[in-house]
Amino acid sequence: MEISFQTVMSQVMLGLNNGVFYAILSLGLAVIFGLLNIVNFAHGALYMLGAYVALLGFTSIGPLLGMPDFHLNYWAALIVAPLVVGLLGILIEKTMLSRLYKFDHLYGLLLTFGLALIIQGIFTNFFNVSGDPYEAKPEILNGAVNLGFMMFPKYRLWVIVISLLVCLATWYVIERTKLGSYLRAGTENPELVKAFGVNVPLMITLTYGYGVALAAFAGVLAAPIYSVSPVMGAEMIIVVFAVVVIGGMGSIMGSIVTGLLLGMVEGFTKVVYAPASSTVIFLIMVIVLLVKPAGLFGRES
Amino acid sequence: MKKLFSKVALSVAVVAMTSGMAAAAAKGISDDVVKIGVLTDMSGVYSTLGGKGTQVGVEMAVKDFGGKVLGKPIKVIGADHQNKADIASAKAREWLDNEQVDMITGLLNSGCALAVQKLAGEKKRITMNTGAASTELTNKACTPYSIHYVYDTYALGKVTGQAVVQNGGKSWYFITADYAFGHSLEENTTKFVKALGGKVLGSVRHPLSTADFSSYLLQAQSSGAQIIGLANAGGDTTNAIKQAREFGIDKKGQTLVGLLIFDTDIKSLGLNVAQGMQFTSGFYWDRDKDTRAFAKRYYAIHKAMPTMDQAGAYSATMNYLKAIKAAGTDDSDAVMAKLKSMDIKDFFAVNGKIRADGRMVHDMYLMEVKKPAESKGEWDLLKIVKTVPAADAFMPLSESACPLVTK
Repeated sequence: MEISFQTVMSQVMLGLNNGVFYAILSLGLAVIFGLLNIVNFAHGALYMLGAYVALLGFTSIGPLLGMPDFHLNYWAALIVAPLVVGLLGILIEKTMLSRLYKFDHLYGLLLTFGLALIIQGIFTNFFNVSGDPYEAKPEILNGAVNLGFMMFPKYRLWVIVISLLVCLATWYVIERTKLGSYLRAGTENPELVKAFGVNVPLMITLTYGYGVALAAFAGVLAAPIYSVSPVMGAEMIIVVFAVVVIGGMGSIMGSIVTGLLLGMVEGFTKVVYAPASSTVIFLIMVIVLLVKPAGLFGRES
Repeated sequence: MKKLFSKVALSVAVVAMTSGMAAAAAKGISDDVVKIGVLTDMSGVYSTLGGKGTQVGVEMAVKDFGGKVLGKPIKVIGADHQNKADIASAKAREWLDNEQVDMITGLLNSGCALAVQKLAGEKKRITMNTGAASTELTNKACTPYSIHYVYDTYALGKVTGQAVVQNGGKSWYFITADYAFGHSLEENTTKFVKALGGKVLGSVRHPLSTADFSSYLLQAQSSGAQIIGLANAGGDTTNAIKQAREFGIDKKGQTLVGLLIFDTDIKSLGLNVAQGMQFTSGFYWDRDKDTRAFAKRYYAIHKAMPTMDQAGAYSATMNYLKAIKAAGTDDSDAVMAKLKSMDIKDFFAVNGKIRADGRMVHDMYLMEVKKPAESKGEWDLLKIVKTVPAADAFMPLSESACPLVTK
């Protein structure tokens, strides 16, 4: 097969589409790891929960409340799902995670991994493993745009744009504002920051809530493209962890850039040798770990 | 002494006679009930075209038969195999070992079907497969107790493949579901495309139940093939067709050909998207007076028209019960002998016959999706372009690799 410019660009564009999901999920992980020192293995399950809030909001919540005509539309789901899942995250942090900060990383990892299995197990029990279609994609995002080298669906373009905006906004708040500097200082030396009258435990709780809300947001964005299934998070989370490791644990900009790049590398691999596309990220991970163990953007401590 | 001996001899003879009679009586219905198990995809990508609707077909047949055979009740049970062969085998084993299930039907998904058919064969229990497509079921994997009832990848590949090539679709690229069924469908279609001078430029495989086909579609697009053959089914096929439209593939002169399409898929795609597509089917509800009469009764229960799997499940069950009645027993060997000797003639199969390899051969149909303007109702979706006689549609018995076929 000859490799044309058009083929490469098309696959790279699709790769970018996958890449924004990697970016937004690994960003959440990086924020949580950076400020809480927790490796949040429940991230995939919460991403899946976000998609289910959108799906059930559209199909089931109306009849459940006795209003059969009520459907939570896509735009509302983009707000509601992160809120619901964010609150759940806050509950998890308050009741469980907060007890583990004084122990090794490993305990937080085990707890969140257990939570992920429980959430996924419950959903597998009640929902179709092979996925349900989410059919509330707004009319305005139907159809495709001609990019010259390919027809690209409007919805996917929207996902790329909005995800990038959310990622950059998060980066800006943490790295460039006063609130962000409190957050960063709180992780360096919580006692000192407390002495300045900042409520550090509350800040940490809200950070975790925000991190998982990002996952839920990505879940809603993903719902119309991929179908909504209980295992959608589990499939995603492994790759996303590889992205975080490659980018460097805890580096905000690193996780965004790495996510996008790896999505495109994956897309490009599909042109050259498709079967390798599912492993190429792990290959890169191995190489990066050998050459630069702290990750591409990580600081050696 | 001599007297005593003759007395013993006499009583032995009496015991032998009575036990012989008891054995004859046991020839009737085992466990005083005929149990039919519907094991299929009840929740996944294939559940709309089979699923609960297949069980509805079986239950209708039991009811129409009168609910009893040889004076004993008929019971129908159903289970979801979730398209996983291990779950399918475990459920079938439970049914065959502990629940005295006499016949298993449905069995969508070739992977599940092959596993269950093998197991049932070992336990001398009948499978009447209405859902799965792989020709393997009536070739190397055939058993004396297995019947493949509705269609297979040979018939699909032959009828659709030939029709498309004859209409000028010479170069093909396949998007194939990566398991027994997809491989079999691609292989069979390739054979007929090449036989007519067509070319296959390549293929790409996707896992069962794929949500995002975009990258596969782009690969197919860049191959430059005239025809993109979809060797998959159900939700996978409809997803691929919808996304091909999203990416504007059909506007660039490439044609998508669904090699296995069910009425329910067309329903979910809508006539606007699907119009003009040609494919092969073993049944269409609107073919004649009898099919319409059945479809009307079926619709009243299931709120959807029957697919070939669902109508086939009715016909398979009905003929299974007829065979039990004719044989005077539900003993698998006797019932299979009857099934293979009788004519299958009902609204579903016009010229049906079950061959030695378990293949039920009957007329197949080349279908075309109507234009929106031609459709007069919600389910008025298709027209029959050509009826392909049983002998032309299916793999000839002489080519079958089933060891039961004497050559």
